[in-house]
Amino acid sequence: MLSRVADSLYWMSRYLERAEHTARLLDVNLNQMLESAQYADLRWERLYRSLRIPALESGADEAYRVTQYLTFDTANSASIVSCLASARENARQVREQISSEMWEQLNRLYLRVKRTSVEAIWHAQPHVFLAGVKDGIQLFQGVTDATMNHSEGWHFIRVGCYMERTSQTATLLDVHFHSLLEIQEPFTNASLDYMSWVGLLRSCAAFEAFCKVYTANIQPERIAEFLLLNAESPRSLRFAATMMQNALQSITKITTVRNAGRVERLAGRLRASLDYDQIDEILGGSMHSYLENIQFQCRQINEALYQVYITYPIDVALTS
Amino acid sequence: MIRSDRSDTSEQPTLPPPFSNYHLDIAYDEMFREGGMARLPYQELYQRLLELSMDTLHQRQQAADVAFLNQGITFTVYGGDEGTERIWPYDLLPRIITSGEWEVIERGLTQRITALNLFLKDIYHEGRILNEGIVPRALVYSCKHYRREMQGLNVPHDTYISIVGSDLIRLPDGAFAVLEDNLRVPSGVSYMLANRQVMKNVFPALFGSYDVRPIDHYGQALLNTLASLAPLMRPDPTIVLLTPGVYNSAYFEHTFLARQMGIELVEGRDLLVHDNIVYMRTTGGLRRVDVIYRRIDDDFLDPLAFRHDSTLGVPGLLNAYRAGNVSLANAIGTGIADDKALYAYVPAIIRYYLGEEAILPNVETYLLTDDSHLHYTLEHLDELVVKAVGESGGYGMLIGPYSTAVQREEFRRAILANPRNYIAQPTLALSRAPCFLDGQIEPRHVDLRPFILNGDRVTIVPGGLTRVALRRGSLIVNSSQGGGSKDTWVLQHE
Repeated sequence: MLSRVADSLYWMSRYLERAEHTARLLDVNLNQMLESAQYADLRWERLYRSLRIPALESGADEAYRVTQYLTFDTANSASIVSCLASARENARQVREQISSEMWEQLNRLYLRVKRTSVEAIWHAQPHVFLAGVKDGIQLFQGVTDATMNHSEGWHFIRVGCYMERTSQTATLLDVHFHSLLEIQEPFTNASLDYMSWVGLLRSCAAFEAFCKVYTANIQPERIAEFLLLNAESPRSLRFAATMMQNALQSITKITTVRNAGRVERLAGRLRASLDYDQIDEILGGSMHSYLENIQFQCRQINEALYQVYITYPIDVALTS
Repeated sequence: MIRSDRSDTSEQPTLPPPFSNYHLDIAYDEMFREGGMARLPYQELYQRLLELSMDTLHQRQQAADVAFLNQGITFTVYGGDEGTERIWPYDLLPRIITSGEWEVIERGLTQRITALNLFLKDIYHEGRILNEGIVPRALVYSCKHYRREMQGLNVPHDTYISIVGSDLIRLPDGAFAVLEDNLRVPSGVSYMLANRQVMKNVFPALFGSYDVRPIDHYGQALLNTLASLAPLMRPDPTIVLLTPGVYNSAYFEHTFLARQMGIELVEGRDLLVHDNIVYMRTTGGLRRVDVIYRRIDDDFLDPLAFRHDSTLGVPGLLNAYRAGNVSLANAIGTGIADDKALYAYVPAIIRYYLGEEAILPNVETYLLTDDSHLHYTLEHLDELVVKAVGESGGYGMLIGPYSTAVQREEFRRAILANPRNYIAQPTLALSRAPCFLDGQIEPRHVDLRPFILNGDRVTIVPGGLTRVALRRGSLIVNSSQGGGSKDTWVLQHE
């Protein structure tokens, strides 16, 4: 497969995962805002940091402006419409490599979002619109699995998806645990506390799955254990690292590249640490530096992937 | 001077519906003889059209349109809104060519391509035809597609032009003539193949009742032609199709052909040259490339050799080509042989290299570097067609009878500023074929572009792209200018 094609498929997938994440996060926060508006500043602050975007000016219409900024603002490269446009552009470059069903689904989703405006969704429930975006992306993933050959290109799509999810979830966990646990004085408002933790789970689409394992008895350690180390939840970091490693192993097997050792080792190390680490040790040390380290490992894997398959130096490729 | 749209109403035969609006004129009619009798090969189609209801035809037309839409068979129109994608209008009714007519076309094009290939070899080597004064030296060296870099270079099997699409028209006497040769990167073959697929789906019975020669093997024939160019010592060559990318008007065709042949569709940035060897960058490492079917013009192929601002090409490609490590189809510099001024010399070129008379005639052409021709042309701008010599796709053209005084003045000035850049031809009555338009069947002007492959031998798939000027009275068949297309049937037997 051409390196350019692999690159496009990988980024198509990352942008879609990013758009879905943004839609879910915005949806959860707008929803919670309805009940405890007095903590708005804290919430928005957390949302900005979770998405790694600069804070907007606070004010009465902040919810409206945040919604506009994260959905339809084409000047914001992290907005839903920008992510979908980037995903579509990547797909367009490799239209012959993906199935027509995939192209049509992505094209339809993009055109629908592009035709909508914040004025139109604000009064008619932003939730309906945001749910539509999530559905559209999940439908695309289903169509991809059902219609595309599960060969090299499909594995690159999976690497992109799980790479993005690992990185987004790690950031989200970092922001929440920092602001909820490391605040000096203990929380006096138990209901706010509870809602914040539920918000974190919902932001990861993992509330129900969590309850199935731990019941609705919400404890920060359990949430950390679930989102970091659970082997079965598709939203946990451990699961994502496992999927990423599997996909990378398949790519190595298909391409028979001889110098793929580095990317294999890096992916294997991330997976192994999440396989065997203990939650009490993680929380006993610094949760922040643990998550920072995961981010660092993701960047390393990403770089190694590009070094081996996509932007490898020519002299290396000629001698290997 | 022939005017095609002035019908002589005095002897107009009246035809039954749905042909009530079908008027014959001086142009050759593909379906009817004088007096309104259907020609022999069209008789069955004619009968069928008399019997079918217009609703049925409408339904079939819609089915055909939907088929094109779903497959995304589109082209891009330049100018106007950024990259507007359009479906190329498809006319439901086939254009029929008898085996006898095809036999002449096939022989004529084979002769023409063979001679033009010899001409290119001669021009880029000793230049005998120039030394003997058959073709003026100045004409060749002033051509903007002449490439000095090709001088003295030997190309594999001396094949300069591997893929050709020549435009034929039918004159009022029924004979085919060559209007243009396209020897650089001719397009349209995907529409020929797609039209046939759609035709077989919407008119299976009619199609089955005619004995039509198949064209589906074009992809394989193209692949074989490209493989025949592989450098020696490369028994299992890697062949790729080089596209300018998604913004090119023929991008659909590039993806279509790559899929038909099962070869990689690459862009310039996927290729690199190291030690005069071309590689493509794959996830499995660098892979050597042996043959490039390039759909990029010479100018953009290699920024080191040609246009420096081109980002579509591959730096170093020309050197790899000169070293014989990679083959290009078509070769660089073939555009001199389809220069519209050089076109006038093709019959002489055929005579010179093959000692034969041209089987397919040329259209009368005025070279404006000749004073008497120039004078005549400027006097008769309102009757002639003027074309810029290096343009294609219907751009840079003046059609005298349909032009305004302002346009004629513009061309007069442009011609006087650079006479070498223009030629003039009489306004010709292209033949007309029946088309299904707005619930009626009416005649429209058509041309024919067969696709010629020149590998170990010349192969022409029996068919071609019949382009239709859908606007009433219009003579311009180009897709960018309101043209459409038809399926073209070459019959097995007379």
